[in-house]
Amino acid sequence: MTPPLPRPGRAVPPTATAAPVRPPHERPLRVGPVSWLIRLRPAAVALVLLAAVTLLMALTMRIGDIPLTVPEVFRAITGDGPEHFVVMELRLPRALTGALVGAALALAGAITQAIARNPLASPDILGVTTGASVAVVAAIVAAGSTAGGPSGALAEVGIPLLALVGGLAGALTVYLLAWRRGLDGYRLVLVGIGVTAVFTNVKYWLLTLGDVNDSSRAMVWISGSLNGRGWEHVYPTALALAVLVPLALLGTRSLGALRFGDDTVTGLGVRTNLARGLMILAAVLLAAVATASAGPISFVALAAPQIALRLTGAAQPPLVVSALTGAVLTAAADLLARTVFSPVELPVGVVTAVLGAPYLIYLLVRARKEARS
Amino acid sequence: MSTTTAVARPPSPGGTRTVRGRRLLVLAALFGILAVAAVLSIAIGAKPVPLADVWHGLASPSGTENDIIVRSLRVPRTAIGVMAGIALGVAGALMQGHTRNPLADPGLLGVTQGAAFAMVLSIIAFGVTGLHAYIWFGLAGALTASVGVFALGMVGGRGGPTPVALALAGTAVSSFLYALTSALVLMDEQAMDVFRFWQAGSIAARGADTAWQVLPFIAAGLVLALVNAPALNALSLGEDVARALGQNVTLTRTVGVAAVTLLSGASVAACGALSFLGLMVPHLARPLSGPDHRWLLPYSGLMGACALLLADVAGRVVARPGELEVGVVLALAGAPFFVALVRRRKPVRL
Amino acid sequence: MRLQAVDVRLGYGDRVIVDGLDLGIEAGTVTTIIGPNGCGKSTLLRALGRLLRPSGGEVLLDGKRIDKMPTKEVAKVLGVLPQAPTAPEGLTVADLVARGRHPHQTWYRQWSSDDESAVGEALAMTGLHDLGERPLDELSGGQRQRAWISMALAQGTDLLLLDEPTTFLDLAHQVEVLELVRRLHGELGRTVVMVLHDLNLAARYADRLVAMRDGRVIAAGPPAEVLTESLLAEVFDLDAKVIEDPVAGTPLVVPIGTRHS
Repeated sequence: MTPPLPRPGRAVPPTATAAPVRPPHERPLRVGPVSWLIRLRPAAVALVLLAAVTLLMALTMRIGDIPLTVPEVFRAITGDGPEHFVVMELRLPRALTGALVGAALALAGAITQAIARNPLASPDILGVTTGASVAVVAAIVAAGSTAGGPSGALAEVGIPLLALVGGLAGALTVYLLAWRRGLDGYRLVLVGIGVTAVFTNVKYWLLTLGDVNDSSRAMVWISGSLNGRGWEHVYPTALALAVLVPLALLGTRSLGALRFGDDTVTGLGVRTNLARGLMILAAVLLAAVATASAGPISFVALAAPQIALRLTGAAQPPLVVSALTGAVLTAAADLLARTVFSPVELPVGVVTAVLGAPYLIYLLVRARKEARS
Repeated sequence: MSTTTAVARPPSPGGTRTVRGRRLLVLAALFGILAVAAVLSIAIGAKPVPLADVWHGLASPSGTENDIIVRSLRVPRTAIGVMAGIALGVAGALMQGHTRNPLADPGLLGVTQGAAFAMVLSIIAFGVTGLHAYIWFGLAGALTASVGVFALGMVGGRGGPTPVALALAGTAVSSFLYALTSALVLMDEQAMDVFRFWQAGSIAARGADTAWQVLPFIAAGLVLALVNAPALNALSLGEDVARALGQNVTLTRTVGVAAVTLLSGASVAACGALSFLGLMVPHLARPLSGPDHRWLLPYSGLMGACALLLADVAGRVVARPGELEVGVVLALAGAPFFVALVRRRKPVRL
Repeated sequence: MRLQAVDVRLGYGDRVIVDGLDLGIEAGTVTTIIGPNGCGKSTLLRALGRLLRPSGGEVLLDGKRIDKMPTKEVAKVLGVLPQAPTAPEGLTVADLVARGRHPHQTWYRQWSSDDESAVGEALAMTGLHDLGERPLDELSGGQRQRAWISMALAQGTDLLLLDEPTTFLDLAHQVEVLELVRRLHGELGRTVVMVLHDLNLAARYADRLVAMRDGRVIAAGPPAEVLTESLLAEVFDLDAKVIEDPVAGTPLVVPIGTRHS
């Protein structure tokens, strides 16, 4: 017995009847001492998104020097021969990197938006992505003028490592500057704006210094690219997600409470500074690892939580659905980035915005139409 | 509470005479700083011009070398700096007032990225060269993007767009255009070369023609902004109270958006991506002006102009004989100041 | 009839809260709307104050459709104080009250002597004269509420709609606010419509009570006729005794218990 999913905004009629305590789209799940509340609509949305990301990854893995069909892709995973190598060593890790990085960025975005109570906030505010960008652009421009561009070990290990260090240093700067007898969400946002502005403009300035070719190469990295990503990019991101997703989910309850004023929250028995600090740390780590793997893929962290919010009709960005939305957005963008101008491949970050922005706008418009009728 | 008090001299809005006097004093001080900054901006540069020659060049030019530098290079550059600074400061305060969001910057409605995309497109598609020609394209792109964002915010709803819808639509359109711009410059090296310098933000090498190009747009925007100020005061009490006070909320928002578009569109087209200035300045002005937009808007405008000119002068001094782009100086010098201010006092919420 | 709702349908989005409701407000009366939470009291008040546009029917101000009148003209006649309004940080009491003069101002006439005296009177009436320079966020809940009422008074309208003007106030301050309402009505002949939760105060200070439930008007009339034991049962599911108020002679509700238990 699955009741029809209610549309968002339609509430239970105000008449008092002997109604169930919970609204009809939630189901309690009780096993022994464990009792959870399963929300049907987010659960259904999550399943659909999971199926979508699998399909998109399979479609992307068809593309390359050896064209394959979707069934061949799946057969290649279990079989052997050249297809097995191509799929397992080149295409699968690349597709996985895209999905995982998208999920991590979106999750970081959902946390940031909930903490800042601001739909315009994204991990950029925390200094992670811009810090990483400055470090990497500086390296590319400097190496370009001295040694003819980064190559070999520098490009493979150096750049991700540099991005990680730059991202964490950026976040630490914001955090230290924003801390003052506690962490006020509003002050964090304002300090984040200031620090981000410095990083962004330094990045712009660095871009004007070097050779145009180096600037273009730096632009590719700044946009976010999945080109040539392998298992060494999958593992760190997967590990970060495996550790941080449960942590973030545990924090959801306090995150929900953090939406209210601090007085209310403290009254609800949440240790505000601790909860906020841990959640921010989770967001920073997720964004830093993702950026190190694929560059600061634009728009995912900002848009995915807002899209997820509107898909589920929730009151605040839902974490799991946001992560899945981010994965779908990135996977779909990667597919397009490789096919639209084939054989020229666009950086995936260029496509995420081109793809995600119209969809976000469509959702906004639809929400207004619904509110009207 | 005693309800029988005779009506004594009631406090006027903006408080007692001392408060009002203090506000006028701050205003006068800002004008003073701006005048000094303007003189510095005319005198200092790759070739320093003595103050006497500055005066000579302005008052009675006789064609000396310094006269030519003053009149054809420094004065237009300074005029553009003043106009863009005022425009971005006012536009930022308007934008934050309308959205009640401290993150809102004048580029929020897609103005910056609209200008960038149109300029890059004009280079690639029409082979346009020369600053003079880019500006018209930049302006057109900025206005189109902003009108598009506003229209998207309107679609389907009754009444004006809500601030959140506007902000999200603006961010979405900006990201979309930025992505297209990135794709274009990655394919065209010449466009990349122009774009990266425009992106850094600069008022160098702008001539008098550029100043005349943007002047009408900025003047119109300032008039709309001043008309909008009292209405924005009513709106800051919430939409219900504003309506109860007889405010047409949709009209107020439309006028506000039009003002922001004209002001930031013109300055972004002329000077590049400087929207951090518009974001930062209202936060600096608000502790001095209080929440009354009739004071906040002039304060923000003047502070914006002062900041832009002083940053530009500093950029000419530190990297002699070259120059550091004003956008970089603004961020490097302004942001730490901004952060220190945010840390020292409790930030004033909108 | 100063203000009239004719067959109005009200709601948010596709959720209808009030449907087919008629209500008339006579000039020079104090009308209080009572009813359980969520019955549509505030929604109705918002519609009467043209903050919410009816999706059906119409609201008439002095016989004219309120949504066809210029909103600024309406604001000179009709003042509305919504529930729990918010103000920007750092706004002083005098600044807030002065903003009530908004409908009387134009870009060339921003602060006339009329504005000045209206603000002074409004501050004096609410006893806030000494607090004019204090920022709103430093005031107690009661003082803040009085500042908002003062703003509505400064608007100088002879029709005043107040949504729960006594929330956050202790009993003494509640009585003060309602005494103020009575003076507005008695001395200045203003027409007041308000939403109140305290039935006994509502009965004492209103000429007319309107009892609502589920978006419908169940009863309307003088307090003595409306506030009966059977009505309390019907509207609030409340078992109560209604006795005579020993001070004012109006009905006094003494609750016994809810009817669910």
